[in-house]
This record gives sequence, structure tokens and C-alpha cells, in this order.
Amino acid sequence: MKLFPLPLFASSGARLFALLGLCACLMVVILGQQAHAQSPDDAALLESLGTGSFNDKSEAINSVAASGTPRAGEWLEAMLDGRLQLAGDGTLVIVASTSGRSLEARAALDGAPMGTIERRELKRIPINNALRVQLRGAIATLDLSAEDPAVRRAAAAGLFGRVDDDLVSLIEARLEGEEDESVRAALERALALPRLERGDVTAIEALRGSQDNAVRLALTRAAQSGDAQMAAAAQQALGEIERRAEINRWLQQLFFGLSMGSVLVLAAIGLAITFGVMGVINMAHGELIMLGAYTTWMLQQWLPGQPGLAVLLAIPAGFLVSALVGIVLERGVIRYLKGRPLETLLATFGVSLILQQLVRTMISPQNRSVVTPEWMSGSVMVIDGLSLTLNRLYVMLFAALVFLALLAVMRATRLGLEVRAVTQNRAMARAMGIRASRVDLLTFALGSGVAGLAGVALSQLTNVGPSMGQNYIIDSFMVVVFGGVGNLWGTLVAGLSLGIVNQWLEPWVGAVLAKIAVLVFIILFIQKRPRGLFPQKGRAAEG
Amino acid sequence: MSEDFAAKRAGMAHGWLVRPWHERSTQVFLFSVCAALALVTMLHLALPAGHPLHVSAYTVNLLGKYLCYALLAVALDLVWGYLGVLSLGHGAFFALGGYAMGMYLMRGIGERGVYGNPELPDFMVFLNWDRLPWYWHGFDMFWFALVMALLVPGLLAFAFGYFAFRSRVSGVYLSIITQALTFALMLAFLRNEMGFGGNNGLTDFRELLGFDLRQGSTRLGLFIASGVALMFGYLVCRALICSRLGRVGVAVRDASNRVRFLGYRVERVQLYVFVVSAMLAGLAGALYVPQVGIINPNEFSPLFSIELVVWVALGGRATLYGAVIGALVVNYAKTWLTSAMPDAWLFVLGGLFVAATLLLPQGIAGLLAQLRRRKSAKRDEDREALT
Amino acid sequence: MKPLSSLIQRDRVFDFLKPRESPVDVRHGPILYLDEVSVSFDGFKAIDRLSLTIDDGELRCIIGPNGAGKTTMMDIITGKTRPDSGEVWFGTRHDLLRLDEPQIATLGIGRKFQKPTVFEALSVFENLELAGAGDKRLWPSLVARLDAQARERIEETLELIQLTEQRDRAAGVLSHGQKQWLEIGMLLMQRPRLLLVDEPVAGMTEREMARTAELLRGLAGRHSVVVVEHDMGFVRSIANKVTVLHQGRVLAEGTMDQVSKDSRVAEVYLGAPEEELVR
Repeated sequence: MKLFPLPLFASSGARLFALLGLCACLMVVILGQQAHAQSPDDAALLESLGTGSFNDKSEAINSVAASGTPRAGEWLEAMLDGRLQLAGDGTLVIVASTSGRSLEARAALDGAPMGTIERRELKRIPINNALRVQLRGAIATLDLSAEDPAVRRAAAAGLFGRVDDDLVSLIEARLEGEEDESVRAALERALALPRLERGDVTAIEALRGSQDNAVRLALTRAAQSGDAQMAAAAQQALGEIERRAEINRWLQQLFFGLSMGSVLVLAAIGLAITFGVMGVINMAHGELIMLGAYTTWMLQQWLPGQPGLAVLLAIPAGFLVSALVGIVLERGVIRYLKGRPLETLLATFGVSLILQQLVRTMISPQNRSVVTPEWMSGSVMVIDGLSLTLNRLYVMLFAALVFLALLAVMRATRLGLEVRAVTQNRAMARAMGIRASRVDLLTFALGSGVAGLAGVALSQLTNVGPSMGQNYIIDSFMVVVFGGVGNLWGTLVAGLSLGIVNQWLEPWVGAVLAKIAVLVFIILFIQKRPRGLFPQKGRAAEG
Repeated sequence: MSEDFAAKRAGMAHGWLVRPWHERSTQVFLFSVCAALALVTMLHLALPAGHPLHVSAYTVNLLGKYLCYALLAVALDLVWGYLGVLSLGHGAFFALGGYAMGMYLMRGIGERGVYGNPELPDFMVFLNWDRLPWYWHGFDMFWFALVMALLVPGLLAFAFGYFAFRSRVSGVYLSIITQALTFALMLAFLRNEMGFGGNNGLTDFRELLGFDLRQGSTRLGLFIASGVALMFGYLVCRALICSRLGRVGVAVRDASNRVRFLGYRVERVQLYVFVVSAMLAGLAGALYVPQVGIINPNEFSPLFSIELVVWVALGGRATLYGAVIGALVVNYAKTWLTSAMPDAWLFVLGGLFVAATLLLPQGIAGLLAQLRRRKSAKRDEDREALT
Repeated sequence: MKPLSSLIQRDRVFDFLKPRESPVDVRHGPILYLDEVSVSFDGFKAIDRLSLTIDDGELRCIIGPNGAGKTTMMDIITGKTRPDSGEVWFGTRHDLLRLDEPQIATLGIGRKFQKPTVFEALSVFENLELAGAGDKRLWPSLVARLDAQARERIEETLELIQLTEQRDRAAGVLSHGQKQWLEIGMLLMQRPRLLLVDEPVAGMTEREMARTAELLRGLAGRHSVVVVEHDMGFVRSIANKVTVLHQGRVLAEGTMDQVSKDSRVAEVYLGAPEEELVR
């Protein structure tokens, strides 16, 4: 631990002084804490929490919150969760969890561990709903006095919509002493609702654009109030909220559309490679996706308790498994059907049936669910009223990475060059000494491997089952055909736009009709432009 | 081979519809089907139930179902074998024909349904509908349902084919969008709001033209009707194939550009044959439904459509009779395996796809032809040895 | 020569067998007229402001190095490829850019592909039958039967292309040269006013080539014939007038002797410094 860049202090005296200062600071902090924890006031405060009627407790909570004791937050939180319990000897303890026969406990007063205590020897401090509300408010205001402005800001934002008359004066007092601008704004916002209720027009200013339901209700009430000025202001603010909500809805849909689109891109891009380069219709592509997803599930079985690590490991593993199956498929079946696309379609379809049934008999016909690691679950609030789920964000990111990687492979590697050569003129490429059959094999392995990656990603969004591939195969073909065969960018644009269009249509007509509409649209589109959005032109392509 | 061409040319002297009658292969086919129908009927009626050779009503019903599949396979072979259009959506036409017939049978239930509503089928009562949707009108008449069973698939094929062939969508592209078509239809028919019974489809049929569907005699009648329909479909296809139009179709299959530069309208040839094929598929569906007693969106599933492709592939493409053989063999295997080893069926089906394309590109029909050729070659050798 | 002239005479006899569409009007000029035609694929100019006229009854050879735009030009004339700009007229009455392939074919433009394209699954006889002039609409094709005259015409064509013995064999089993001949036979069955023949002698023996040359020469006069060929000997043996295409435009035009003396043509064929080629 290097707290000071010591050489900066020129003389040894100064250095010594600095060291001493550091030690003194530490001492003060440690001693101060100990002193505080052992103060008799704290013991009394704590005791008041555990005894008396609900009314007494209510007062006790207020005094704990006002006392400024460093353990206050811990106590109040434990009390709210029902983890603050009375032990047999009359001392208050905090237990780690409330389930189980014997509970791990520590002393509430100083946090000293006490080992495990049988549950029947403990008694929970009872609270009611009113106390619960009060506790939440108290916990929130507690953090308002924290050192870190970010903590204060979060606490102030958390107060929003929960400010009752008791809290108002408390918060207003905080507002006086608060210097951080953003914390002040958050506090103003928290205060705005009760102020609005009291008929304060200026409060509306702080509520502009808020997506909270309580705000909307309060403003609607205000808009109907007798005060003309108030009503007009509220009406205007409501309009703005409505517009903001509209934008949010729109953004939300865009997000879901992009998310669905990136899944489509992931599922289709492997197909775009095999179909585009080799002209091979691989109906087993969906099953290669499925294998990738099952690889993730398997790894999670082998690494219990570490779902995140398993998912990370599944990325290379899923790629390898699917690529290996792809290689076997290419060598065993597709190679013999060169130049007969319809037969290839049928044979690979047969393989897809076999793979599905294999999974059904070897693992289970039932769906398996893959655990989403902690760092991928939950959501992030981007702006007020718009939160995006993390797993979808990760999948989008993953899709983008896979796409860029493929682009790089195609553009910058020897394999990419050979692949492009073989696509454009197979006979010529062979004449130039490119081993077309080896390129075919590698291309197919690459496309299959990418399908496996798609499966890993999908396992984070949906259930994993033997027939999951079937759900994606038609969509994937639609994407490839729509985008133009053999064109990665076309696949990207097609996948994303199909995803967005689908999501955009869904609220209007329902999920099924939206899907039908998209299918019909593509069927009509292909009639108009048989070679997709970005066709390969020229004589070679016509052949 | 030259015999064959000579026969074809001899046939040209007659009207296009009677041409196939003069072909030996057609004669053999018709005779075989008639003989099979007669044999099954006899074994069913004449022998007592306990007799080892007795054909039960259940088996008759099963065979009737196979014959419908065979007709469907013939319809597919017409477009795949002789036009080069691999439709992965022929199940859709089959199912549409089936739904048309199902609607008639549904209306025929009348007051005997669970809810006893004389007008509305049960599922509509269940959905709280108070009146019949407009497209259900007229289906109380058998002739109307039968016409619709042909017309609706025909119209769909026309609308779809018109756009597809006009913009020269061909090969795998066409296959994929036909698959998308049947997939879209399946999704649509799964919806309750469509008015076709949603997921459950149409079922609980009672009678057809006044005959109780559960009676053995009705089943026998339907079995024979299916056989007759198969012969009819075969003759229609054969007549088409023997005409100059049929030869243009084969030409389109092999070199569509050349055909265009000869002055033929390729898209119209394709459209015409495609529509005829779709109508035959619809007919097969219409006969299929009263025999199995249910029609639901499953028949629209891409799996079913592609499964029927393997019947044709295994039987032998571009032979028609091969399609019939394939449909019978695969479906018999399916019936047997799904009861004996349910898990194994999909392995076998998948294996059939791979085997039919890799090992038997000509199918069973090709194998038979090869055997025949080998035998005749041997006969020639023997004759030479004798002289 | 003899079987050919008899065939041509028959042409006169059975006038009703000619295409029923409005006749091509060649009274006021050439039978084929290309003006400033351009087409590009992905920025590459395959045809660059190409102008070309073919007179009625003319036999024209078109030569040029690979990628000169010969096949693309044929694609444009037959309606397979639409040019980006320019005009293409058949006679003075028919704007070919408004018509599609079957219409153009019915109008009387026949085409032989570079790679011989015959219907391999059908017999030689059936190939010719399908090509035969006749009503090519749907219903007539369905009920069509071969009458004695049509049959006779097929037999004659079979004789002309020397495939009588193979008449009932599948076209797929023919040799490369035979397929070329069959395709030429199919063209003849169409009774076109204008024949576009792409590399007719590729894969032929000397004797077959001589016979093809004779055949094409015999066609000229009554039909207009455009031949694209690489074999200079063959071109010399049939052509009065030769057009040299280079980089999508006409480089030179004239008799074979004139053209072969042209220095630019020599450069193109014999190789030249790069900057000169660009110019």
C-alpha cells in the first residue's frame, strides 16, 4: 500500500512528520470508532429499538437516525429485514439470514461475531407496515449525510415518491447544508411532490419529464385543481412527461428490436458464410446453434457454483463443438453433394433430425435452463424511465464482436482471401493453386462454429431445448436471403432491421401476426429483388 | 429407351388427355392399384375377423391414409421431378384441402356437438362467438367444400407462384420461401382468432354425406375413393407430362434460360403445373381428413412438408410411381416404428434423408430400373450364347 | 449445301409457319441497330457506348479478346440483360428494350449459347420439336400434336445437322460437337430472322468446323447471322465483314483483311504497353 509518494518529501524530517501524521490519522479513526461503538448512548438507542410499543419504536427509529451513530444504518436495515433479533440473554443480535434452523449471528452493538444460534432461541423484533415505511425513509435519509456525494445523490434519488410530511422538514434541513449541486437537485425533486400537494407551483419545475407514476398522478390532480396557474403549469408538465414517455417507449422498442436483431444476426451470420461461400443450404444450422447452447449448459453442470466462468468457457467450447460437428457434416455428407443444392438441403435436414433426436435421447426431451451469471442479470437504468436488461446488452455486444471478428477474418486473413476467391470464381481459384475443398471445409467449420457461438448467446436469453434450433432456421434463412447472399454487411442490416420491424409491429398486431407479416414481407421482397438487399452483381454471379 | 420415345410419339396422335392410356407403364400402374384395391376389399369383406388373412377396418383406414399420402407425393413429384421446383410447402396445400373438408364435416356435426349449437361448431361456442364467420358459409354443402378443397390451394399456389415465378425465383431460394409460406400459415392457423379451431384444429367429425365415419363400410368407401383419386391424379400428371407442355417443363427444369430463348413463357409453364399440383395436393388433403378424423395446424408444419419430400426422394424422383412407392414404404415404416420404437423413428427418418440423397439418388424406382436393365442385359447375353 | 437449299426452299413454301407476330420492318434500314449502349456491373463497364448495325441478310463476325463484351452484347440483344443507357432496335418497328426474352425470341431472334445448352433429359427429336416454330402459349402447348409437316421439318433438320441416327437418344449423351450442332438445329427450327451464334465451333473437329461454316454461310442472305468466335481461321472462312470489340466498344470494322491490318487490333491481340491499352 503506497499512500504517499514518499520521495517527494525532501528532508528526512519532513518524511518522519508525514509518517507520524499518517499514523495519527489512522489512530484517530480507529479509536474514534471504538469509542463510538462502546458509547453508552448507543446501547440505550439500540435497546430502545427492541422494546416498547410500535409507537415507542417509531420514536426510537427517529432518534437512532438522528443520532449519527455509524451503526445506525446496519441496525435499521436489519430491523427492516427482520434480521434484528432478540437473543435469549436479552441482547440484540443481527443474523445473517432468517431461514434455516440455526442462524449465524453477531452482536448488534459492536458487530462481534457470535457463532450460530438456534432459531428457537431467537425472537424477531416485530414491526408493522407503518414502521416499515418509516424505516425505509430513515435509511434513505441516513445516507444523506454520507461523505461520498455519489452515495448522497443515490440516497436523495431513492427518497423520491416516499417523502411524507415528517420527512419534509428533515430533508429541507439537509438541503440547507448541502453543497453538491446534483445532490441538491435530487433533493429538490424529492421535495417537489409534497410541495406540489401543498399547492406550490414552483415545485412543478423540478418534476419536469419525470417518469414516475406518482408524479403523473399528482400532476393530473394538480391539473384539475381550481388554481388556474397551477392547472396550466401542471398540464404543460404532463404533456412533457407524455412526450418523454413516448420517446422512452420508442427507445425501449428500438432496444428490444436491436436485441432481437442481434440474435438474428448471430444466428444467421454463420449461415451467410456457408450459404454465401459454398452455396450450401445447411438445414442443420439450427441444430449447430442448439449444440452451442447445450455446451453452455453442460459446462455449467460441470462447474457448479460458477455459472459465469462456465459461460465464458462456453464461448470457445461452443465454437469448437459446433465446428467439429460441422467438419464431420462437411466431410461425411456435404462433400459428396457438391453442386446439388437441393439434395444438400434434404441431406442436412436429415442430419438436423438426427442431431435433435440424439439430444433428446442422450440428455432429455425437456428444456434445460442455463443459469445467467450475476454480472449478466439485472438491468441498468440509462435515463429516467428507461432501463435495459443486462443480458440483452451483453448479447448485443457479443453479436457486434462476433460480427467484427468475422469481418476481420474475411478481410485480413489468408483464409478470408481464399474464401473470397473461391466465392467469386471457383474454377479460377483452383487454377491459382487454392485448395478449394480445404477452403470449403474451413469455411464450413467457421460457419458452424459461429452457429455454436450463437447458441452460447441464446442460452442466456431463452430456454435450451432439443428443438430450439428449429425456431431459428427459417428466420435465419430469411435474414440471409433478405440481406443478399454472401454479404456480411447485408446480413447485419437485414437482421437488425427485421428485428426492429418485428418488435415495432408486435404491439400493433401481436407477436404471431407480426411474424407472419415479416415472412410475407420477405416473400414479396424476394420477388422484387431476388438477390437480396445487397446483391452480388456481374456475370459470374448470374451463372 | 428408344421404345419409350416411340411410344410417346405414337401417343401424340390422340387427344392429350387419353395419351397416357396408351403407355405401358400407366397401364401397369392402374392395374396394380385396381388389383390392390380389389384385394384389400375382398380380404376385408369376405374373410371372418379371426382369419389370419383378414384385413381389419383399422388397416383399411390406415391404407386409405397412405393412399392420400401417395397422391400428395405424386403431386409433389410433378413439380419437383418434372419442373425442377422443389416445394417445401406442399403440406400447406394438402392442409388447406383438408381444412376445407374439415369445415364441411364440422358443419355436419350440427346439434350433436358438446354445446348442441345447430349453427356454430363447438370451438366457436367456446370462444363466445355469436355467429358464423363469413368464410364458413357454404361449407354445409358437400360440393362446395369439395370445390373449395381444390380451389383454395389452387388460388394460393397461383398467387404465390405468380409472384415467385415472374421474378424468376428458383432453386433453393424458392424452396426456402415455400417453407416460409407454410410456416407463416401454420402460425396463422394456430391463432384462435382465425376461426379454424386454433391449436386443436377441427375434429370430432360424425358423418360424411350421411354415412357414419366410424363405420367400417364408410372407411372402406373412403379407402376406395382414395385409390380412385390416386389413379385420377396419376393420370392427370401423366397426361401433362406426355404433352408438349410437359416436355417444356422438363426443359425448364434442365435449362430454363434456353427455354426462354426459344420463345416459351417459362413462368407461365411453371405456374400452370404448380397450380395443378397444388390442387391435387388439396384433393389428397380433402380425402385424408375424414379418414383420420382430425385436421390441425400440424399439417402446415415445415417438418411435414419436408418429410413428404423424402417420400419422393426415396421412391425416385421424376417417375410418379416412385413417389407412390416412397410414400407407402416410408409411412408404413413410420407407423410400425412409432409404435415399436418411438425413439428410433426420427433417427430412421433423418437417416433416410441422408441415405436417399447420398446412396440412392435415383431412389427405389432407379434401383428397380437398374435391376430390370441388368436382367434384360443378361437375357440378351443368354440369347447370344444360345445362338 | 444441297440439303440446306432444299430447306430454305421449303421456307418459302410454308409461309404460314413463320412467326405470326407483326413482321420485322427492314425496308428503311438495318435489321439490328444498337446505339450508344452502355452497361456496367459493379462499376466495371462491360459495354461502353457501343453502336452497331447489322444489315438484313448479312453474316457478321464479331471478334475480340476475352472480356471485350461480346456475350454481354448478346445478353442485351436477347433481353437477358438491360442496358443502363442506349437503344436497341430490331428493324425499325421493334424496340427490344421494351420486350422480354420470350417476346424477342418469338419475334425472330434466335440465340446459341457459348456453352452448348440443350435439354439433356429429352431426346434429340424432342429437343427439335420444342424449338420448332409453333404456338408457344400454354394451352396450345398442352394440346399440341405433331402433324406430318412439322415431323417432316424435324426430320430434315436432323439430317442437316447429321443427327438422324441419334434422334431417339437423350441429348445428354451426345458429344460436345454434336450438342453444338443440335443447338444450331434448334435455332433453325425456330426460323429466326436473326441468329446470334456464340462460339459455334468450340470443341469441333476440322471437318465439323468446315461443315458448320458451310451451314452458316448458307443461312446468310435469307437470315441475318451474327457469329461470335475466337477461331480466326474459322472467322476468315465465313466472314465478309468483321467487327472487333474491345473493352465494350467497337475497335475496328471491315473485311477480315482490313481488320487484321489495323494496328490497334494487332495491339489488342498481340499485347501492347499498358498505357496504350488504356488509351
